[in-house]
Amino acid sequence: MNDFVIRRCLALIPTLFFASLIIFCAIRLIPGDVIDLMLAQNDVASSADRDSLRAALGMDRPVIEQYFSWAGHALTGDLGQSLWQNEPVADLIAQRLPVTLELGALAILVSITVGVSIGVYSAVRQDTAGDYIARSFSLLMLSVPGFWLATLVMVFPSVWWRWSPALEFTPLFVDPVRNLTHILVPAVLLGLSLSGITMRMTRTMMLDVLRQDYIRTARAKGLKESAVIFRHALRNSLIPVVTLVGLQAPLLIGGAVIFEQIFALPGMGALLLDAVFQRDYPVVTGVFLVVGVTVLFINLAVDLAYGYLDPRVRGQ
Amino acid sequence: MSANVPTASATTVEPTSDRPPHALSSFLRRLAREKPLGLAGGIVFVLLFVFCVLAQVIAPFDVNDTSLVRRLEAPSWNHLMGTDHLGRDVFSRVLVGGQISMIVAVLASALSVVVSVVLGMIAGYFGGRTDMITQRFVDAWMIFPDLILLIVVISVLGPGAPQTVIVLGLLYGIAGSRIVRGAVMTVREMTYTRAAQTIGASWWHILWRHILPNIAPVVILLFTARIGAVILAEAGLSFLGLGIPPPAPTWGSMLSGTGRSYMYIAPWLAIAPGLCLTVVVYSINMFGDAMRDLLDPRLRGTR
Repeated sequence: MNDFVIRRCLALIPTLFFASLIIFCAIRLIPGDVIDLMLAQNDVASSADRDSLRAALGMDRPVIEQYFSWAGHALTGDLGQSLWQNEPVADLIAQRLPVTLELGALAILVSITVGVSIGVYSAVRQDTAGDYIARSFSLLMLSVPGFWLATLVMVFPSVWWRWSPALEFTPLFVDPVRNLTHILVPAVLLGLSLSGITMRMTRTMMLDVLRQDYIRTARAKGLKESAVIFRHALRNSLIPVVTLVGLQAPLLIGGAVIFEQIFALPGMGALLLDAVFQRDYPVVTGVFLVVGVTVLFINLAVDLAYGYLDPRVRGQ
Repeated sequence: MSANVPTASATTVEPTSDRPPHALSSFLRRLAREKPLGLAGGIVFVLLFVFCVLAQVIAPFDVNDTSLVRRLEAPSWNHLMGTDHLGRDVFSRVLVGGQISMIVAVLASALSVVVSVVLGMIAGYFGGRTDMITQRFVDAWMIFPDLILLIVVISVLGPGAPQTVIVLGLLYGIAGSRIVRGAVMTVREMTYTRAAQTIGASWWHILWRHILPNIAPVVILLFTARIGAVILAEAGLSFLGLGIPPPAPTWGSMLSGTGRSYMYIAPWLAIAPGLCLTVVVYSINMFGDAMRDLLDPRLRGTR
């Protein structure tokens, strides 16, 4: 197990290196001058402004040097200074990250509760009407754009019953009840839109396990069907479902951008969008980096958990 | 993701030259017999595609024809989906918006397949250090959420149709190269590839004549699986105001922006674009699933 952990952690290094290159290139090397865009946005395009902004962003230095200076600072947790809010980017992100994590954790919970139960049902009743309905539902969840579902939830209850989801954000530790009433609707919607994938994966895994010899043995020795399903089959098919959390992490954060926008949640997605429209590139780069590193570490945690649960994985 | 991932196995795939001349029609017959719902999904998608491509011919009104007299009219025979806050005909806008979505989706999916095939064939066939470096790059690429990568790149490039196609194509192309790589690695070990290598065929010849035809099913699946994802991604971008800029109507932008506040007085504005998105993506996903079941031997017979 120790070997496995060390190998898996070492494998992070090249991934992190390439990830930092991708972030750096996406912002700095794309044609179109970031500085011009930023100044055009604000009608203050004197050449002195341009030079001082360029120097402030460190863009007057050679590209290689820019990369190493940026990466070096990022390694020590220094993500630069926001151009508009005069605050360190790391602080801005630290204020917003908990909201996105809360939304994401609740959404995963919904996705797994809904997805795993429907997936198990669907696999056990393979090729029945219930299975077809469950599979159509999961395909529907894969096909409905989240922002449309959210729009419907905003518009129709308000038109019909004069009810609309709360849009005033309260931090979790100030008033947990009000916080949850606000965050619950987006979390359920985000979770539902992810449940399609969870359901499909659970069903595939479950069908796979149900065909194994030990399931036949369990049935042959006269166990009740419910015991076979829940004690033998489900336990083993849930192990790969653990990886789902890792697979869904990027989807979750991408979805969070849209749901935070619609439901006025002050999370990372909202921060990113504001920064994009204000052309606050240090913030854009910072969010991009934090998102990537978060996903990377979620994946690492999932892989380690998987190695712990399934000894066969460790040897690979 | 992996529930959708086609796996390649050379056992199913005959070399193209041995195929009967009516391979396509016999395949369609098999699709109709074994997967009627999938075929139905394919037909619905093709119909909607044709409608959208002919948008300008079918649309009863000009998409940017504003009129304060007929603003926020409820759906009627004259305006099938009502009118918006500027008096523009929603049905016409949905059709033209669909045209943009479809064209972007097909072009971006095609580009993504080309990128996947090129990257996947190089990494899978040559292996070794080339493969190692490409795979670490793909690893790093995959940790970024699609939408975030899109938002960041579009924020630098500025919104527009060509940028959207290129970025979506690269985004899904790099992610999909894994699947092609896996398929290539299987075919690389087949006797016919080894035989071609032994008689001294060039790598270019082997990739083109032996590998590519034998990974064709994977490539087809990759294409059908991408269309739905690309349509949704483009709609999400437009919704956030980073897609194809106005006044061009897109399904995503029709659900956002200023029109949003009018939905409470005119709820039909909230329905049509989203419903179209859902139907289009649902039908192509149904078709893609059926194709996967037919073309992918590993999953065949499991459902």
